Amino acid sequence: MTDEGLSRRRLLGVSGTAAVAGVMAGAGGAYAVSRGEDAAAAGAPSSTTSGALALDAAIPFRGEHQAGIVTPAQDRLHFVALDVVTKDREQLRQLLEDWTRAAERMTAGAEAAPGGLVGGGPNRAPEDTGEAYGLPASGLTITIGYGPSLFDDRFGLAAKRPAALQDLPAFTGDQLDPRRTGGDLCIQACANDPQVAVHAVRNLVRLGFGVVAVRWSQLGFGRTSSTSTAQATPRNMFGFKDGTNNVKAEEPESLAQHVWVADADDTGGGAWMAGGSYLVARRIRMHIEVWDRTSLQEQEDVIGRDKKEGAPLGATKEFDTLDFAKKGPDGAPSIPMTAHVRLAHESQLGGIRILRRGYNFTDGSDGVGHLDAGLFFIAYMRDPAKQFVPMQRALAKADGLNEYIEHNGSAVFACPPGLKDGEHWGQALFA
Amino acid sequence: MPRPALRPALRVAPVAVSLAAALALAGCADKPATTAASTAAGAGAGGPITVNATDTACELSATTAKAGTVTFKVTNSGSKVNEFYLYAEGDRIVSEVENITPGLSRELKVELTEPGTFTTSCKPGMVGDGIRGTFTVTGTAAKGSTDAKVAKAIADYKAFVASEADEFVENTKGFVAAVKAGDVAKAKSLYAQARHPWEAIEPVAESFGDLDPKIDGREDVIADGMAFTGYHRLEKDLWKDGLQKDSGAIADQLLADVTEIAAKSKTVEPTALSIANGAKALLDEVATGKITGEEERYSHTDLWDFDGNLEGSRQALAALRPVIAERDPALQKALDADFTELSSLLAKHKAGADYKSYTALTAADLKELTVSLDALSEQVSKVPGVVEAK
Repeated sequence: MTDEGLSRRRLLGVSGTAAVAGVMAGAGGAYAVSRGEDAAAAGAPSSTTSGALALDAAIPFRGEHQAGIVTPAQDRLHFVALDVVTKDREQLRQLLEDWTRAAERMTAGAEAAPGGLVGGGPNRAPEDTGEAYGLPASGLTITIGYGPSLFDDRFGLAAKRPAALQDLPAFTGDQLDPRRTGGDLCIQACANDPQVAVHAVRNLVRLGFGVVAVRWSQLGFGRTSSTSTAQATPRNMFGFKDGTNNVKAEEPESLAQHVWVADADDTGGGAWMAGGSYLVARRIRMHIEVWDRTSLQEQEDVIGRDKKEGAPLGATKEFDTLDFAKKGPDGAPSIPMTAHVRLAHESQLGGIRILRRGYNFTDGSDGVGHLDAGLFFIAYMRDPAKQFVPMQRALAKADGLNEYIEHNGSAVFACPPGLKDGEHWGQALFA
Repeated sequence: MPRPALRPALRVAPVAVSLAAALALAGCADKPATTAASTAAGAGAGGPITVNATDTACELSATTAKAGTVTFKVTNSGSKVNEFYLYAEGDRIVSEVENITPGLSRELKVELTEPGTFTTSCKPGMVGDGIRGTFTVTGTAAKGSTDAKVAKAIADYKAFVASEADEFVENTKGFVAAVKAGDVAKAKSLYAQARHPWEAIEPVAESFGDLDPKIDGREDVIADGMAFTGYHRLEKDLWKDGLQKDSGAIADQLLADVTEIAAKSKTVEPTALSIANGAKALLDEVATGKITGEEERYSHTDLWDFDGNLEGSRQALAALRPVIAERDPALQKALDADFTELSSLLAKHKAGADYKSYTALTAADLKELTVSLDALSEQVSKVPGVVEAK
């Protein structure tokens, strides 16, 4: 729920070719590598302003950066954290290669393996589980990340550990459940059809039996951030617009400054991370029932925006500048000192920004009749210690939202750069 | 509760799927097929057949070949990544070469020992049914050389089933005697091990009508109109309700049923495929009934059943070993490693000669066993495809 921002107006409702051009230019080469005539369709943002065709389209798997980071946020998520259970380095290396092949096929809308549906004949278990057969690619992206624990002494990777890949410190108020925390590897599958995202994770997990085991996973059902100016700002489970001032695909300079790891960031064992990004995931349970009984005034004061329009308090439009000095008729700041948007704003944090890519979640009920719902926070950044950590420290200390939320899962992963033709995941790591 | 496993192997041709058009990306596969026009003189075994794959066509230099090793040389002269497939009847993949990037040539060598009609397909863009053509293999059928190995595997497995069936009868006699003598402590001590041979050969034995539920049915899965009898009824008596007036009669009936099923089990004529499917079914039993603690809800002796299922699966695959090792040595190696791993994890829960109660297992224990079982089961699920008749 951080809401850092630029004081810059953004036009909503950009559509059609203008949006395509914007994304392709603005993403700084994110879509430079694409296959044949899929390119045009793949570049189209899957936003509420685009037609159904774009939502169905395939997004190129290969490129300078991994897909699924600045890719216009799809509507659905299946995120999985895994532990490596083999002791054999070669098995892990081979799995990453096998995953690459299957992931590339699935993002193109194909079965996980050639002839995966029925091609093995009647006596074999089909190589593809089948539930996505006949469905379009649906904007599927599959993004991989490596957790700090992967770089222990099991696989000889200690020397390759990037300096910036560190476990997050404990924050005030954390209620972390070990069963929702950490992991050696992660896979983020996003798509505009939940069945396509679930199919992707299911098939990759299946390929990994004996090598990796699922530690925890999370489904998300509605993007809570827009990562492109072509997308409208969505609402979170509190009913507020969230992430209005997110770093967006069309801001190559901001991406370079805040999201992508630069060549000079790690010249040691972690040099392979250049062009990659660090992913921080937090499962933020919301005390929905308590929030729903809270007055509108209190809700708006806690967030710092008005509920209907999403405008900063004291202003009138969503993309109006946040004026932290402005006072209301009672002489108090229009945006309260404990408001979420104030504490999370870059101006209060020495210019820190992150790219947020979170999803709403509801995992049914909690056993006493309350929704187990909230925000599965995902953010990409260049260095968690310099970005997420100070931001979360500031929020954990004073954010008025803390009364209504609880962080109960947490993880950090190093997401390597994108793959060139012929490359596969793990190649740089195991070189 | 067991599931059907060693059914006669039915060969059902998969339904040909033609939904591809619905999923094709704009401009990808499924263009009107410009299939191989050339039916030039059939290539002799060995002579490479060239395949010119473009975005809209799939041209073969020959569409017939003599039985033997046939080589296809596939050249992608289009702009999309391409694939080339050879299918047998029912779209069963005989062989394929994928990820042929534009400009690249790849060779595909295929052993076509049987004459018949096949289908070739190029798939520009890697999706859809592709651009298809018919391919004919001529010649006479060669008899498989592994018949002797398969026959020996079947004989070995039959011997294992017979030996377990005899043991099951003997064990049940002892257990039934203890129940009828009203010796609850002794009956309890014999219960889990008496069932062990049953758990090892369940897929064979359960194919005989009502005998399986009469012997091994759980109270919640007994069909309407059937009485709750057999091992699990006595389990409930021994651990929960105490021996009942009819416990002795139930015990007598159990011994009669076990004796009958043991005799019938010895008459089963398995095939390599049914043995392989049985090995998988036993691990499925562990996953759905044992690792969940459902099977032995009163005695909590589930780990004994786990051991029985695992042993039965291992023995079935041991019988097939010469066939698997010949056709897929890497799979045999993986099977050996994964069986060893799971057995050693299970052995951690032994308490002397006995197994711990299921209730003594922690969540971490169950996860460790599940992870290892998943790894093994995934490998075992590949065995039917390896041993199927070619």
